[in-house]
Amino acid sequence: MKLTSARQPPSDVIEALTLAELGRFCHAETDWIIELVEHGILEPGGLSQVEWRFTGINILRARKARRLSQDLGLNMAGIAMVLDLLEERDRLLHELGMHREV
Amino acid sequence: MEFQDYYEALGVKRTADADEIKRAYRKLARKHHPDVSKDAASEEAFKSAGEAYDVLKDPEKRAAYDALGADWQPGQKFRPPPDWQSDYQFSEAGAEGVNPEAFSDFFETLFRRGHPGSGFSGDQNLRGQDQHARITVDIADVFRGAKRTLTLRVPQVDASGHVRIRDRSVSVSIPKGITAGQFIRLKGQGSPGLGDAPSGDLFLEVVFAAHPQFQIVGRDVHLTLPVAPWEAALGGKIRMPTPGGSVELKVPKNARSGQKLRLKGRGLPGAVPGNLIATLQIVNPPVKTEAGREFYKKMAAEMSFDPRAEMEE
Repeated sequence: MKLTSARQPPSDVIEALTLAELGRFCHAETDWIIELVEHGILEPGGLSQVEWRFTGINILRARKARRLSQDLGLNMAGIAMVLDLLEERDRLLHELGMHREV
Repeated sequence: MEFQDYYEALGVKRTADADEIKRAYRKLARKHHPDVSKDAASEEAFKSAGEAYDVLKDPEKRAAYDALGADWQPGQKFRPPPDWQSDYQFSEAGAEGVNPEAFSDFFETLFRRGHPGSGFSGDQNLRGQDQHARITVDIADVFRGAKRTLTLRVPQVDASGHVRIRDRSVSVSIPKGITAGQFIRLKGQGSPGLGDAPSGDLFLEVVFAAHPQFQIVGRDVHLTLPVAPWEAALGGKIRMPTPGGSVELKVPKNARSGQKLRLKGRGLPGAVPGNLIATLQIVNPPVKTEAGREFYKKMAAEMSFDPRAEMEE
């Protein structure tokens, strides 16, 4: 248990979220999260849905997926492709940044 | 509060029909979407477009907005007409397709109606929604841990059912070794729950502030390390700055420009700390004195070196 003063709300770094927690986190139904897993957009650890644990990049991807679906009306296949391309682009931009003259 | 020109935000004429407005919004949303665009100005443009679309796509809200008149300039000081509150009742609260958390005061005053409990009828005890924000962390803070106070703008429904934007301060501790893309959860700091239900949580997405010297890949810290020609040629120990303090690095003899040197465990701290990767860049000293020129002439005379030996005609 961490000690916290009255002014300091308890804060913790998220290591993993359950299916229900991720749904709440994204303001989405759990069915929608399950669909993300079925499309390979998210890869939780654990064998059954009850055991699923979403970590790191999966949490970020789920949130981006939610925004892409709500803001741009993308379907699952579209979301999967956009996320892959965005990650590829970010990787390339990063690499480009490292080779640029300082 | 300042007047918002919603037609300008979408780049359409005041006479634009519903289809034109939808097309303009979709185009802007794709271009400026915060997950897609890297441009800092995009987030603002995306928000303005969302706010503008929320009003202009709804015939009731658009008619009310148009009734304010066409003479307003964006940014002009604005006061709502005195009869505004009683004249209009918008059937829909909140917006579909846009995130309604952070609209302008102009929007909140004119177009938002608080309906506490609406949409949740029949369920009196409902846990508050989780809220999200971003926190920018300096790379140096990752090595030491830090405490930060964030100011969040939160829409709140007052006693008369109007929504007001309120600033709320939250203090956050940033633990040592956190990395970009991780989330910090502040329990109970999200939206308040209905009835006796608990508040939601506040989630902070960690992003690293851009640093002029260091790039972070995972837990590895990359930097370009300038060295003098003699340091590269003779090798030896040099001191170099790292986000965690300066460290000593051994340069091998005859080091090349572009050569990568790795210091294990000197990257971002963590259970498995990252590495520090320095890419050598040989920098020539500018020659400003006669003695310096003589020195180069001597080098040219004494060293048989053709940097273009490998090149073909």
